[in-house]
Amino acid sequence: MGHATIEWVYVGVVIALLIYLGASAWEVERFLDHPPKEAKVVKVIGQQWFWTFEHEDGKKELGELHLVKGVPYVFEITSRDVNHSFNIPDLTVLMDAVPGRINHMWVMPDTAGEYLIQCREYCGFSHYQMRAKLFVEESIPVSGENTAVDVPVSLQEAKPVIASN
Amino acid sequence: MWEILFSTHHTDVGLLYIVLSLVALMIGGALAVAIRTELFLPGSQGIIPDPNTFHRIMTTHGTNMLFLWLLPFASGVGNYLIPIMIRYKDMAWPKLNAVAFWMTPVGMALVWLGMADFTWYATPPYSILRAPGPAAEMWIFGIKILGIGSILGAINFIVTILKMKHPDLPLMKTSLFVWATLVTSIMILVAIPTFAAALIMLFTDRLGVTGFFNPSMGGDPIAYQHLFWFTFHPEVYIFAIPAIGMMYELIPKFSRKPIFSYQSGVTAFVVLAIVAFSSWAHHMYATGMNFTEKTVFMVGTLAAVPASAMHVFNFIATMWGGRIKFATPMSFVVGGVVLFFYAGAGGVVNAQMPLDFLTHDSYWVVGHFHLFVMGLISFGFIGMLHYLFPLITGRMYSEKAGMITFWLLFVGVSVIFLTQHVLGLYGQPRRVFDYIPVQPLIVMNQISTVGAWIAAAGAALLMGNLIYSAGRGKPADMNDPFKIGEVYYDHTRKEPHH
Repeated sequence: MGHATIEWVYVGVVIALLIYLGASAWEVERFLDHPPKEAKVVKVIGQQWFWTFEHEDGKKELGELHLVKGVPYVFEITSRDVNHSFNIPDLTVLMDAVPGRINHMWVMPDTAGEYLIQCREYCGFSHYQMRAKLFVEESIPVSGENTAVDVPVSLQEAKPVIASN
Repeated sequence: MWEILFSTHHTDVGLLYIVLSLVALMIGGALAVAIRTELFLPGSQGIIPDPNTFHRIMTTHGTNMLFLWLLPFASGVGNYLIPIMIRYKDMAWPKLNAVAFWMTPVGMALVWLGMADFTWYATPPYSILRAPGPAAEMWIFGIKILGIGSILGAINFIVTILKMKHPDLPLMKTSLFVWATLVTSIMILVAIPTFAAALIMLFTDRLGVTGFFNPSMGGDPIAYQHLFWFTFHPEVYIFAIPAIGMMYELIPKFSRKPIFSYQSGVTAFVVLAIVAFSSWAHHMYATGMNFTEKTVFMVGTLAAVPASAMHVFNFIATMWGGRIKFATPMSFVVGGVVLFFYAGAGGVVNAQMPLDFLTHDSYWVVGHFHLFVMGLISFGFIGMLHYLFPLITGRMYSEKAGMITFWLLFVGVSVIFLTQHVLGLYGQPRRVFDYIPVQPLIVMNQISTVGAWIAAAGAALLMGNLIYSAGRGKPADMNDPFKIGEVYYDHTRKEPHH
C-alpha cells in the first residue's frame, strides 16, 4: 500500500471509533439529561463554605441531606455568593452552583448508606473542607404506622465515605 | 552580557527568551514540589502554612508554567530557528522583537510579586467579589502585558515567515517547525484578543463600575467562562503545536529517514488550528449547559482527535525502519509521544458527556492536562533544548547526564500524573489544601508526591548539566554535533551583533 492509502485507512479507523464513542455518549446523556416526571425536588444552596438543602415539604437541612432509597430526586442547585460545584462522587452527581442561576441534576439512589457531599469548584479559603453528608435511607412501608422518616441508617452498616465503589 | 541584553539580533533575543523560560520552569517547579510535599500526608505538614498561601502558590504555579515557561520557550526557539530555516538575516522587525521579549519580564514581575489566589481561571464572581487586591489587579495587568507581548511576537513571526522567506524557497519546502510557528502565531492573533477584552471587563467589575460578570448587578459569571475558554482552549494547541513541530524537526534527523508524510503534517496542523476553536465549552459541561450545547461541543472536541492521531502516526511511521539513535533529544521526543498518547486517551474520556461528570474538576483533570503540558509539550521542548545546546553555546552537554535526566523525568512524570487520574476517580477534587484521611487517597497522594520528587531530581540534574556544560563542556563539532550524519544549523549566524 502507498503512503496515502495507509493514512486514509488509519484515519478512517480512528474516526469510526470516535463516532461509536460519541454516539454511545449521546445515547447515555440523553437519558441522564431528562429527569423522570415524578421526581421530588430538593433545593441545594451552596455558600462559603457549607451546603443547605430544602425539601419539597419545606423541611430544611444544614450540612446533612436525607434521601430515601429508590426515589428519584431532582436537585435545583444554586449559590448565594461565588461559584461552587455540588458533588456526590459515589453517585456521580456533579453540577456547578452558580449565583443567579438554577441548575438541575437528578439522581435515584439505589443503595442505602452514608455518602460524601463535597464542593468541587474552587471557592476560596475553606474550599477543601466544604463538605456535607448524604444519608440514603431504606424506603418506608406505605401502609405502616411507622413514620420514622428521620432515622438514619446506622453508621456501622454504612460504607466508607470514599471507597464505596 | 550587556551586548546580549541590549541586542535585537534574533539569536540573542531567542537566548533571552530561553533563559527566562528556564528560570520560570525552575521556580514553577519548586512551587509544584511544595504543593505535592504538602499533600504527602493528610492534615497540615507545615510546608505551606495555610490555605490562603496554598491557593496563592497554586495560582502562581499555573500562571507561571503556562505563560512564562511554555509560551516564551516556544518563542525563543522560534527566534533562533525561523530566520535560519527561511534563510533571512533576522526577524522582519528586530526592534519589535526585542520589545515583545522585554514585556515578558514585566508581566512576570507582576504575576510573581502579586501572587493572586483565584487560580489561573480567575473565575468570577470569586475573582471580582472576594479575591484580595492588589494581587488580583497585578495578575490582571501582568497577563495583559504578557498577552500584548505574545501578539507582537506572533505578528513578527507571521510577517517574517510569509514576507522574508527566501524567494527560491517555497513554503511547502520549509521545515514543519516553520509551519508550526506560522499556524501558532495565527492562532494567537485569533484567540488572545477575546481574553484581553475579558480581562478589562474583569478589572472594571472589580472596580465596581460595571457588572458584566456580577450576578447582583445583572451580570452573568458563565459569560466569563465562555470568553476565557474561547482563548484558552485554543491556547492548549498554541502550546502544543510548536512542540509537535520540534518533534517533526528531531525525529527524521535521529531516525536518519525523511518524514513519512510532510503533507499530512501540514494538513494536521491546519486542521488542529481550526477545530481548536470549536471545542472551548467542553470545559463547561457542568455549568448547566443544555443537551444540545453539550452535544455540539462534544463533537467539536472529538473532531480534534483524528488530526492529533495523524501526527502520532506520522511520528511512528517516520521512525519505522529507521536507524534510530536514542541520544538525549530523541529520547525526550519519544517519551513525549508516549505521554501524549496517555493524555489523548484521557482526553477522549473527558470529552464523553456522561463520563465528564465523573472526571470534571477532580484530580483526573489535573493528571490529564499535566500529561499534555509536562508530557508532550515540555518533553518536546527539553528535547529541542538539548539539540540546540551546541548551537547556543558551542559546547556539548554530558550525554550520560542527559539520559539520566530523561529517565528521571519520564518516570517521575508518569508516576505523578497517572496516579492522579486514579485519585480523581476516587473523588478527590482539584485545588484542595487537604483531603479526607481515608486509605486509597493517602497512598495515592504519597505515590504522586514521590513521583514529584523524582521529577524534581531530574529537573535539578537538567539545570546542573546545562549550566556546567555551557562553561566547561567539550567543544562541539559544529557540523554534526550528534554524529548522526545530518546537516546541523548554520552556527555562523550568531556572529553579527547589532
